[in-house]
Amino acid sequence: MLYREAGDFKTSYAADSQTFPIKFDRWRYWVVLAVAWLVIPFFINDYWANAILVPFLIYAIAAIGLNILTGYCGQVSLGTGGFMAVGAYSVYKLMTSFPDVSILIHVVLAGFITAAVGAAFGLPSLRIKGFYLAVATLAAQFFLVWLFNKVPWFYNYSASGQISAPERFIGNIAVTGAETTPWAQYLICLFFVTLCALLARNLTRGSLGRQWMAIRDMDIAAEIIGVDPLKAKLTAFAVSSFFIGIAGALFFAVYLGAVEVGEAFGIQKSFLVLFMCIIGGLGSIFGSFAGAAFLVLLPVALKVLGVDILGWPSSTVAHLQLVAVGGLIMFFLIKEPHGLAQLWRVAKEKLRMWPFPY
Amino acid sequence: MSADFLYGVEVVINGLMSGVLYALVALGFVLIFKASGIFNYAQGVMALFAALTLVGVMEGQVPFSHIINATFGTDIHHFGWHVPALLAIALTLVVMIAFAWMVHTFVFKHLVGQEPIILFMATIGLAYFLEGIGDLMWGSDIKTLDIGIPQGGSMWVENISVHLGGEDFYGFFIDKLDITASIVAAILVIGLIVFAQYTKQGRAMRAVADDHQAALSVGISLNFIWILVWSLAGMVALVAGVMWGAKSGVQFSLSLIALKALPVLMLGGFTSIPGAIVGGLIIGVGEKLFEFMIGPMVGGATENWFAYVLALIFLVFRPQGLFGERIIERV
Repeated sequence: MLYREAGDFKTSYAADSQTFPIKFDRWRYWVVLAVAWLVIPFFINDYWANAILVPFLIYAIAAIGLNILTGYCGQVSLGTGGFMAVGAYSVYKLMTSFPDVSILIHVVLAGFITAAVGAAFGLPSLRIKGFYLAVATLAAQFFLVWLFNKVPWFYNYSASGQISAPERFIGNIAVTGAETTPWAQYLICLFFVTLCALLARNLTRGSLGRQWMAIRDMDIAAEIIGVDPLKAKLTAFAVSSFFIGIAGALFFAVYLGAVEVGEAFGIQKSFLVLFMCIIGGLGSIFGSFAGAAFLVLLPVALKVLGVDILGWPSSTVAHLQLVAVGGLIMFFLIKEPHGLAQLWRVAKEKLRMWPFPY
Repeated sequence: MSADFLYGVEVVINGLMSGVLYALVALGFVLIFKASGIFNYAQGVMALFAALTLVGVMEGQVPFSHIINATFGTDIHHFGWHVPALLAIALTLVVMIAFAWMVHTFVFKHLVGQEPIILFMATIGLAYFLEGIGDLMWGSDIKTLDIGIPQGGSMWVENISVHLGGEDFYGFFIDKLDITASIVAAILVIGLIVFAQYTKQGRAMRAVADDHQAALSVGISLNFIWILVWSLAGMVALVAGVMWGAKSGVQFSLSLIALKALPVLMLGGFTSIPGAIVGGLIIGVGEKLFEFMIGPMVGGATENWFAYVLALIFLVFRPQGLFGERIIERV
């Protein structure tokens, strides 16, 4: 009844080409935004912020980034962890070198730096395809992590080799450092998530996004109809790395506060973000959110179930979590290779027909 | 001959030896990739799992003892017997074959005809799953694996080579374990080639690798061949796991050698068994030499990334690897 195009007449071109053509979707979108911006900040506490909401928002940005590269442009990347590290270390260097500039600008700049690095590592993609490229991006992953470990300039010659975020304020509200309140952490992440999701959604709807998808579906055919593979692939790498860099910067500055590069941005992180994209659904912005939510919630749920209810030792539960994640990935690939986003699409299709499916 | 040059030679020889171990893992990849087009990321974890199972069987550990103890409040760890090494290896092989059957029946049978990238993701899932299961079954502590392979530097090699250099040269240091590993790997490769060339199943395997549908139409059971290939890969994983486990203990880092096998494969080409071996040797020697010559200048630990960068640069010039089949794209 509620979910259909019928009766929703578009009277201008702008209305015709809007992001959500169905009224119900538009309302849902505004309701979600309103709840996220106006309701949750008043109820958030430390546990919810640190265990669930902040990592969810940050991983959602990273997953959107990887989804642009892998889901929309078809270039598999295993270098996400390395690119997140680039974002984290650039925001650290910027924060310590220019302490007077607002952190918001620093985070965006870190995104641009990561975009440049990503585009550089994307160059081989013009020649190398498929698996070979996936393995080639591992070079980025290992090389970047090694670089940040070995060159003391990157961690300002600190004795431990760690980087830790200095205190920074927006207005007079602390957003990084020890004094940060959960709602401030949450809101700054939400700000960037909203921005990134809007940007990604519109990029993928536009000419650039169509070029990416043409390259993904068949690169030679795309080249023949006039898509420039150099431009399409490198922009995909750059835009994807931009998002991943922002995610890395927030992950370090807002969420963790202090990181050791091999631990926080290792190869496991690359796989985690890739899993979010697969489980959520490749080639879908909603899927990135769904996948991030799923993989952030799963360990928490397993921990509550295993440690708190069944009383197992936490190491056993950690192993069980590996089994669950691995098993779920195989299950999803067999049953629904297009991920949670596909379930949502099917549900919407059903809704459109309801209550008279013929 | 100067001592520096001789040290360089020693580095090369040790690089060759570690290259053999990379090649062993890469071999398992190639077997599965040729026959089914599945790029098996889980190969390294299979090596870890095989080694864990071997240790567990030899020591008579109770599988899943942690969960059992935590759930029922019992305190059991071992059955209290020790299984001789050869019998334990045979039992582990049985486990690996059962594993191959399960992987095929429950996962990859349902994914036939999917895009290669989906299959690759599924093997990453499999790797996580298997790693978790391995830890749950046998515990995650570092275990020592001792099935009677000689270890330590070979005095024989040192005594022969000591005369080559001047006074400050003490001969080549080569681990006996590495020599054993090379011999075992050589036997394994010869065995696999003989199997593929001269047996009925081997011929069927090559037919499937050439063309699935043609093989199916002459009456070859694809299911059987795929299980066979996974079992063979399990066997190779067991050998790699034993060698690597004896060298540095059975622990999680064992599964990371799978990642090292990836650049090896890229160099050698995904579809070539000789390529896997040559690629392994090049990577082994290359990263040791680079660490020896350039490493001290840039802060060391270059082994982490050198292999990938080498493979990356190499691929830009020859996208199909050294021995890979030429990539022909059709629209």
